[in-house]
Amino acid sequence: MTGIMDKVLSEVSALDPLSFTAADVSRALGEDRLGIEDFASLLSPAAERFLEDMAKRAGEETRRYFGNSVSLFTPLYTSNYCDNGCLYCGFSRDNKIRRAKLSQEEIEAEMSKIAGSGLTEILILTGESRKMSDVEFIGGCVRTAARYFKNVGLEVYPLNVDEYGYLRDCGADYVTVFQETYDPARYAEIHPFGPKRVFSYRFDSQERALMGGMRGVAFGALLGLGDFRKDAFACGIHAYYLQRKYPHAEISFSLPRLRPFLNGRYSGETISERELLQVALAYRIFMPFSGQTISSRESRTFRDNIVGLSATKISAGVSVGIGGHAEEKKGDDQFDISDPRDVAEIRKALTDRGLQPVFNDYVRV
Amino acid sequence: MTDELMIGGKRFNSRFILGSGKFSLEMVRAVMENGGVEIATLAIRRANAGGEENILDHIPKDLTLLPNTSGARNAEEAVRIAMLAKELGCGDMIKIEIIRDSRYLLPDNCETIKATKILAEEGFIVMPYMMPDLSAARSMADAGASAIMPLGAPIGSNKGLLTKDFIKIMIDELDLPVIVDAGIGRPSQACEAMELGCAAVMANTAIATAGNIPMMAKAFKSAIEAGRLAFLSKPGRVLHNGGEASSPLTGFLEDSK
Repeated sequence: MTGIMDKVLSEVSALDPLSFTAADVSRALGEDRLGIEDFASLLSPAAERFLEDMAKRAGEETRRYFGNSVSLFTPLYTSNYCDNGCLYCGFSRDNKIRRAKLSQEEIEAEMSKIAGSGLTEILILTGESRKMSDVEFIGGCVRTAARYFKNVGLEVYPLNVDEYGYLRDCGADYVTVFQETYDPARYAEIHPFGPKRVFSYRFDSQERALMGGMRGVAFGALLGLGDFRKDAFACGIHAYYLQRKYPHAEISFSLPRLRPFLNGRYSGETISERELLQVALAYRIFMPFSGQTISSRESRTFRDNIVGLSATKISAGVSVGIGGHAEEKKGDDQFDISDPRDVAEIRKALTDRGLQPVFNDYVRV
Repeated sequence: MTDELMIGGKRFNSRFILGSGKFSLEMVRAVMENGGVEIATLAIRRANAGGEENILDHIPKDLTLLPNTSGARNAEEAVRIAMLAKELGCGDMIKIEIIRDSRYLLPDNCETIKATKILAEEGFIVMPYMMPDLSAARSMADAGASAIMPLGAPIGSNKGLLTKDFIKIMIDELDLPVIVDAGIGRPSQACEAMELGCAAVMANTAIATAGNIPMMAKAFKSAIEAGRLAFLSKPGRVLHNGGEASSPLTGFLEDSK
């Protein structure tokens, strides 16, 4: 199954972001449909002074494909037990934090409370521990979620095809897996132990999810772990090649960048908002039909503005601790959030900008 | 002279079908009114019955709804979405949209033919969105379609009638209304489609992305009406290959007598 991985890694290793010129960027922006080289040029330092032109083009593409619609959702963290040693993450196994896992009753209470806010889409997350949050536990969460929500996403540890199939049958619709970094050497360094060390198994997660019958898959590189231009390029072409192989798949991108976390001592490369925006715009122009989610890691000003340009989905009423919607949260957070606004506030922010908050854009059939 | 659009036994005075999915919901009424719209499409996937920002709550009650099966990847899913539309009280018209390509959003004619047959047998007035292919359109007509909706260009592209020649063939050969769906980006392109003989034009992105949305709806209304009048009045001959020779090319026939 690693055909796409080999292709992506080979193209990334051949990429030199400094090799692109202003003329390359200008030509790319003049193309109707961008090729892989064009995409790389938009991520290069040469494209930095074209940011305004990129924003204009990205905004046009977003309006063309999505009109002024912006989807709303919220994540629910169900457990923060983890078997991995990711150096950059608050849930990392050896990090001394309050660990917790919600019971199925608590999960139902949380979901009921979230559904009361009007949201019809939920993203279920767990820490990456098969032992503490096994597939049956996740299946229970999904079955409950399918009763309260029209669209159920999963962001859990990578699974096998039959497990994705089981969760689809429970009511899950799409799967998000972040590769974190697409540089295998860097990946090995920052994942010193745990099942996550196996780069290729994680890389093929989206493909296994589609083989298991999931409708859509989401991709993300945690920007700041490695060379962010190369990671963003790899992430984009990972999605591109997978979509070519599975043309029906609904594709979306997330744009996480490193955030501080409790007891955190890891410091990667700092990605500025300007650089983050460049990546977001490049994804939009390269794959104009793809969804794009903007995290509550980012500031309200940044989020409010990027939804008109490239992002099509925004989280609202976010708690990144374990629980925290219906009852006091039971476990500590994965990272610090910057935008704590609830659903009503996000909704107002969107309508104030002439955008249409969309609570439902999905029918499970 | 009355010039009504007939689809599945229903009569309409307007030939402007509006897609409703890309506007702010409070704009919907203004667009309908300015465009003189009588039929509006509605993505069932956007319906949020009993919930927040439900598009169904914003569509004027006097409009005819044309729910679509957007999100369906095969005939079976399209049929299920159509049934859901009926349960939601959206009437008996259905626009079949089956898309298995998330990059270009091009329709799958084979699955669309299958869904057309099932839904026509279920009593729906079926309007399939399709790639302009005469043979597939004939199969859809045989399967019970009430109108055929070929794309002019990829959805959202605003590129106009890229498939003009094939649409013209379908207009000439089919006994059903042919309605251009997707790709129409400007009023002039809508006018061109109507002048060609299309029964109606559907537009969404072109209006949703305009600077002044109600005014653009009005412009489309005028263009569609102008194109229709031009079609009905049978346009005069247009010379495509330069001027007309003042001495007839066949004059030698007289000389040789």
